Amino acid sequence: MTENRKIKVLVCKPGLDGHDRGAKVIARALRDAGMEVIYTGLHQTPDMIVQTVLQEDPDAVVLSMLSGAHKALCPVIMEKLKKNEIDDVLVSVGGIIPDEDKPFLEEHGLKGFYGPGTELKTIVEFVKNNLKR
Amino acid sequence: MDYSDLIEKLLNGNSRAVARLITLVENDIEAAENIINAIYSHTGKAYILGITGAPGSGKSTFISNLTKIFAKEGKKIGIICVDPTSPITGGAILGDRIRMKENFSLKDVFIRSMANRGQLGGLARATEDAVKILDAYGCDIIIVETVGVGQSEVDIFKSAQTVIVLLVPGLGDDIQAIKAGIMEITDIFVVNKMDLAGADKKIADVMQMLELRMNYKYEYDNLEVNNLLKSKWSPEIIKVNSVTGENFEKVSELINKHREFLKESGVLVNYQKNRIKSETLQILKHKITQKVEGLINSNPTIDEYIRLVMDKSLDPYSMANLIIKLLGIE
Repeated sequence: MTENRKIKVLVCKPGLDGHDRGAKVIARALRDAGMEVIYTGLHQTPDMIVQTVLQEDPDAVVLSMLSGAHKALCPVIMEKLKKNEIDDVLVSVGGIIPDEDKPFLEEHGLKGFYGPGTELKTIVEFVKNNLKR
Repeated sequence: MDYSDLIEKLLNGNSRAVARLITLVENDIEAAENIINAIYSHTGKAYILGITGAPGSGKSTFISNLTKIFAKEGKKIGIICVDPTSPITGGAILGDRIRMKENFSLKDVFIRSMANRGQLGGLARATEDAVKILDAYGCDIIIVETVGVGQSEVDIFKSAQTVIVLLVPGLGDDIQAIKAGIMEITDIFVVNKMDLAGADKKIADVMQMLELRMNYKYEYDNLEVNNLLKSKWSPEIIKVNSVTGENFEKVSELINKHREFLKESGVLVNYQKNRIKSETLQILKHKITQKVEGLINSNPTIDEYIRLVMDKSLDPYSMANLIIKLLGIE
């Protein structure tokens, strides 16, 4: 490489969740860690998210969910990514994720599960250390 | 590395290949060289539209509205949105897609965000290359959104056929309107947020500036400049409301009018020549800078020169001339 590659991250709010303070704080923290962060705003459907991944080619996707819909939406997103042959992108979900739901989400290929009170450094390190390419 | 597989997919209209190739040209200038070399003969069909204006003037929302109209006409649209890179950490927040939500689901709209990675002038180094990739992908129209600009970020005027500058009421008076820079070379002025107080005053300021220019009878010594002025498009001005979509049909008509003008007046050929010239210059600057930096950091003679400059027996201009001799590009 003749230039340094930048880590590109997509931060998303899937579904009908209107609280994005957390997502904005995460976006800012990743920015300050030298990453290029795309934030797409509220109310993203799985199709919108997959379309964005297709076009923006990020290294990682960070889903922020506080609404309790993670078990319904995350598997759909993962399935649609797979259908589009996207298998080299780290997909993580955080927000309010109860412990008992984590194995289910892990089975679908999701990682992370960071909730309120997590140090920003932890999330930055998590993204850096779990990239698939 | 071999990119022929990706390039074949690109030419067959695969959008994932577009995304991958843009990442490559962004990250690696050698990759960019190979990719552009391979696709260049497939470019030149798309119409390139530049949108620029101050931060918060409504560029992304404006593009979203315009895209809806183009999409209705059945056009395939590429959008590149440039946002600034932090000079401190190298990171960036790319937030232009938020305003374009309504277009996410449209099949023939490809939106790509791009950080400028420290490049001055309103665009990223890789923007031109990304435009070519979208062109080869088969886009009819490519819309390039610059970073939020001030007065002199004019790179977009070199890469786009039609440039729209967004103005908003209450930002700057008639003196701002007669300053040099962006205001001089705009094709279409759009006063966004027309529902706000001061929109008509803004239009009056720009019209006054334009009238002054039209009445300027001075003959330049330079024949080329005179010809250019005579064949010059007289810039249009229009006000819009990006929330309600008011007047957007008219914006689209003005773009078509300018496009026709470029073709009929022969200005398009000039534009193409200038574009190739300025683009090549850009590449040369990059390559020569790399060479010079390599030389300065490795050649022991340079240390000798630096010592001489420190002793005041040589000055920086003379040292630069000596380095040019060393490079053999006098």
